[in-house]
Amino acid sequence: MADAPSGRSLVVDAVTHRYPSGALAVENINLDIKGGEIIALLGPSGCGKTTLLRIIAGFIAQTQGRVIIGDDIVDALPPNKRAVGIVFQNYALFPHLSISENVAYGLAARGVDKAARQREAQRLLELVQLPAMAARLPRQLSGGQQQRVALARALAIKPSILLLDEPFAALDKNLRLDMQIEVKRLQRVSGITTLIVTHDQEEALSMADRVAVLSHGKLEQFGSPSDVYDRPQTLFVNTFVGSTNRMPGVVVSADRTAAKVRLDAGAEIIARPAGGALSEGGRVTVCIRPEHLQFVGDETGFAGVVGMSLPLGATVVHEVTTADGSGVKVSQARIGETRALENGAAVRLAPLAPSLANAFPATL
Amino acid sequence: MGAAPASRDVTSYGMGLAAPLALFFLLFFVAPLLQLLWLSLHNDTAGLHWGLGQYLHFLTDPFSLGVLGSTLLLGAEVTAVCLVLGFPIAWLYQRVGPRLQTIIILIVLLPLLTSVVVRTFAWIVILGRQGIINATLQSLGIIETPLKLLYTQFGVVLALAQVQMPLMTLPLITALGRIDPNLDDASCSLGAGSWRTFFRIVLPLSLPGVIAGCTLTYAAAITAFITQSLIGGGQMLFMPMYLYQQASTLQNWPFASAISIIFLLAVLAVVSVFTTLGRMSRGYGGA
Ligand SMILES: Nc1ncnc2c1ncn2[C@@H]1O[C@H](COP(=O)(O)OP(=O)(O)OP(=O)(O)O)[C@@H](O)[C@H]1O
Ligand SMILES: [Mg+2]
Repeated sequence: MADAPSGRSLVVDAVTHRYPSGALAVENINLDIKGGEIIALLGPSGCGKTTLLRIIAGFIAQTQGRVIIGDDIVDALPPNKRAVGIVFQNYALFPHLSISENVAYGLAARGVDKAARQREAQRLLELVQLPAMAARLPRQLSGGQQQRVALARALAIKPSILLLDEPFAALDKNLRLDMQIEVKRLQRVSGITTLIVTHDQEEALSMADRVAVLSHGKLEQFGSPSDVYDRPQTLFVNTFVGSTNRMPGVVVSADRTAAKVRLDAGAEIIARPAGGALSEGGRVTVCIRPEHLQFVGDETGFAGVVGMSLPLGATVVHEVTTADGSGVKVSQARIGETRALENGAAVRLAPLAPSLANAFPATL
Repeated sequence: MGAAPASRDVTSYGMGLAAPLALFFLLFFVAPLLQLLWLSLHNDTAGLHWGLGQYLHFLTDPFSLGVLGSTLLLGAEVTAVCLVLGFPIAWLYQRVGPRLQTIIILIVLLPLLTSVVVRTFAWIVILGRQGIINATLQSLGIIETPLKLLYTQFGVVLALAQVQMPLMTLPLITALGRIDPNLDDASCSLGAGSWRTFFRIVLPLSLPGVIAGCTLTYAAAITAFITQSLIGGGQMLFMPMYLYQQASTLQNWPFASAISIIFLLAVLAVVSVFTTLGRMSRGYGGA
């Protein structure tokens, strides 16, 4: 067990969990994770991320479904037999043990002798770049340093799966970026299959090989960052990941790959049927990201009136009010002298390409 | 007053606020204590000759030393019983739902809600020759003749342990409640079994509560005059009763004072041992 090979695969097979209080926290989750992959579990607060993590770690026995690590179904194994390393959101370092004792804790539990334990702890502290802190107590370290100790402690047991619960939530922006790079580096070096829980979409998109988006306990989409961002399968994913304009409309004609939609804002556009086939005459919500809208000179797009313009560094975001009274945001790259749009200027807008407008059947 | 209010530390209040309490302590605690000390330094009951005779008498008298020893031992036994029984209760409390928590707290606090005298008499009823325990065991045919439970060390320890249990359980509940539940999980996920987790994580982190509980229980057990005398009966003598006899029955005030001072010092010594042990084991609680 001590030398469990790193990078084992992890399969979450139709896992459902209902808390004794009756709350259905996760429902029929299927994840097939290859050895060595780094996966982000992304979703808003309360969508069941922590619950799923605790099920994989073995702290909670799921109501239904199976968890398979490598070739073993681990449902009957207690957490201390699963070789799953976990870094808690609040780090959960042992406050009465020194940093090196914290890191060596798992080795002691495995019966590694003292000298070997200390050597290994020191090696790991060097790996997370804290070699000088071995003798300190956790409370004598900064938040970011504690975070790294927690990581070293989890890595010490050579886990086959590493779970990180909102590992960077408590860190300020710069430190967070450093730690994200650090974790990614360590993960590459060790090849440990890693699952990162986050509600920060940028973190998910930048760190993970694949992203699992959860909402209300259900898996909305499981795919590569570009799949999730560019080819969202549900309206939820489209709106939760990145920002988007939601424009209601009616399907004029539709086939598998393209749908002609008459927007309430005026104009007909071609959109991609993202959530499966659309029926003619049905109401849809078309999602277009601000950076995928452009100002057009001809009569192709829909009309609007410019409200506020916000220069945000590399881009300028314009607020445009359309004919049906709803507002859309348009983001323009600031290349050279961007033509300043005056408040109240009449403009016409159109998506950059049909594949960048996603049409979902309207719910309601 | 308030010459430089801007630079004044907001957390520093005038010491005057503590004056009423200080005065109270001075009048009713420090003064009697000094009087006690003064009394104990007299060699005769009339208070004419100064000297350390009373202390010498106590410290060279095997009987007196025996009483002191058995009292300190009694305290240790009661404390040990309370710790061993109280810890699981406190541990359980932190792991059950809110409704069971209320029930546990009620059970723990119940002894405090009834008078000591009543509780002690209840124990007499339970432990007596024709008491509940003996009657039950006899009717079941397990024993022929009644066991001697009352007027024994066992009986005193049992009754005291029940009476003092809240003093142990409440600090333990507080201390265990301060431990981050994730620490349990962290320990477990690192491969530790429940026993290792308990001895390496839970116990060290609950030490502040253990020490507070032990100190309170110990101090309460060795000074529990009523329970000691009623359950212990005439055959067993502990310091409070010894003190009472010397002061009240024999009117030997200087000797009684010396007993008090020695008792006080002995208790202080034991308590400081508890505290030092706690500090040495690096249990800093939720710090
Ligand atoms: N111990 C519990 N008992 C009952 N319900 C719970 C328990 N823990 C969580 N829940 C419920 O289960 C759902 C999912 O909770 P979970 O902690 O997994 O969310 P999360 O995605 O981790 O949220 P966050 O981002 O806020 O940490 C929530 O609706 C929550 O109220
Ligand atoms: Mg959570």
